[in-house]
Amino acid sequence: MDNSLIIKSVNKFRGKAQVLQDIDLTVAPGERLALLGHNGAGKSTLIKSILGLTPIHGGSISINGAAPGSAAARRDTAFLPEAVSFHPALTGREQLSLFANLSGASADVPALLERVGLADALDRRIGTYSKGMRQRLGLAQVLLGRPKVALLDEPTSGLDPISRQDLYAIIDELAEQGTAVLIASHALTEVEARTDRIAILRKGVKVADNTLAELSSEAALPTRLRITARAGEIEKLAQQVGGTRVNGASVELRCRADQKMNELRRIAALGDVVVDVSMTPPKLEDLYRHFAKENRP
Amino acid sequence: MTPRALAIAGSELRILRRNRWLFMATLIMVLFALALTFAGSAPTGSLGVDMLTVSVASMTTLSVYLAPLLALMMSFDAISGDRDRGSLSLLLSYPAGRGEILLGKFLSHLAALAFAMTVGFGTAGALAAWSGGAGVDSLLALGRLIATSILLGAVFLALGYGVSSISGSSTAAAGMSAALWLIFVVLYDLGLLGAVVMDEGGVFTQSIFPWLMVANPADAFRVWNIAASETIAVTSGMTGAASALPSWAAPLSLLIWPLIGLGLARVAFGRVEP
Repeated sequence: MDNSLIIKSVNKFRGKAQVLQDIDLTVAPGERLALLGHNGAGKSTLIKSILGLTPIHGGSISINGAAPGSAAARRDTAFLPEAVSFHPALTGREQLSLFANLSGASADVPALLERVGLADALDRRIGTYSKGMRQRLGLAQVLLGRPKVALLDEPTSGLDPISRQDLYAIIDELAEQGTAVLIASHALTEVEARTDRIAILRKGVKVADNTLAELSSEAALPTRLRITARAGEIEKLAQQVGGTRVNGASVELRCRADQKMNELRRIAALGDVVVDVSMTPPKLEDLYRHFAKENRP
Repeated sequence: MTPRALAIAGSELRILRRNRWLFMATLIMVLFALALTFAGSAPTGSLGVDMLTVSVASMTTLSVYLAPLLALMMSFDAISGDRDRGSLSLLLSYPAGRGEILLGKFLSHLAALAFAMTVGFGTAGALAAWSGGAGVDSLLALGRLIATSILLGAVFLALGYGVSSISGSSTAAAGMSAALWLIFVVLYDLGLLGAVVMDEGGVFTQSIFPWLMVANPADAFRVWNIAASETIAVTSGMTGAASALPSWAAPLSLLIWPLIGLGLARVAFGRVEP
């Protein structure tokens, strides 16, 4: 068994509507998979199916060899729900101790809370926590008991930029200890740098599943070159290189990834007319738009 | 009894203590029990019974209303509150089973209820005994009142979990709990009373009505307390219906209802998709 999480042709209906359609997905130990999609694309439903909280109608899910919802699967899985909150009357320490008792894992609760930056709030009631602090508390319980699979639903929602950096550092740690991490997210720019592989859901169908580099070449989205001319010579430049004028002093070219070097050589040969060239490879946002849009062949 | 259920029970008990619920429930019980005991102490002389007996009779009437109310107030958001906060899905992703979660919550709520009942009725009973005398019979009646009040509370705790599971939000659960209380404690009796009046002492009144009455846990509670003690029956003036039934009917009803309630709650909770 190589993969911690194996999802095979899973279907799910809600009434007559099909909310998940033939989903295949695997996550290997130590791999960080980003699961992207619009609201209602089926991300949360898929996570709930993996947790065994909602039944699937066809296909199979295996968590380290166990069925969703089984005692073994629940022991091996950690979960961070979207925008989670806890009982306001309990303190962070009490809440995390309860989770530790439920998971059956012996845990150093103060150390865990310190790891997520809640050392000062250990014995304060959760009712006094900010949204970001509640999210950190949620993250602390993910770290309990070395899970084989971690499912994080919108983990960065409500976090400030520095907290997000901390969050991804913790996710990296999880991956290093061999946890298969699945992150459902909207925050494309962060996911881009911090995950190994990207899967995109559209209306319950998986439309992409690969590394960022592979997805880029598969989509064949153009790289954008922006060439800035010396003052007053924009007309000349535009005639020589073509492309579209974007403002008073620049033109923009689009080219395929394998044409990029040719274009650059051509521009370099123009000499003094060119004062600056900037190059923008397709971003995850462009890829996401490409794969998630309607009517794609 | 599993360690996980105990962990949940401990946490819930801490919540009840911290948000002053335990204190308020106990205070309500003490105040009402004291007020009824001393307001209702007038007939002592004319009936020739000790004051504790009168006090227990008054408190029985009180408990029919208050025990279900306090129980429902504790249990109505036991499931829906967690779901509203988004922590129910997280709780269910842990190895604790749904039965264990339910059992843990039930244990803690029952303990809190038992504490409030014992302190409330106990204080009033002690004061009544001290100021107006008590006998073995009336002390037994007080013990029975406390035990049956806890049983009655257990029924409505369990029913509250069921309501909490099937309603979409805590607000809806609160409304449904109020309706449940009204039906079991007020409307059911009114309906039976109406039927008895219409029947004019016919077959219904003779043989069906007592059984229908005792099928309701709140009435079973009343019948058990009244039938078990002759002196209390005298003071409450409600012997007719109770004497038409075998003596095991009311205790059986009140003992079975918590199990029925928990079974229903478990089924309802099992269908919850957080």
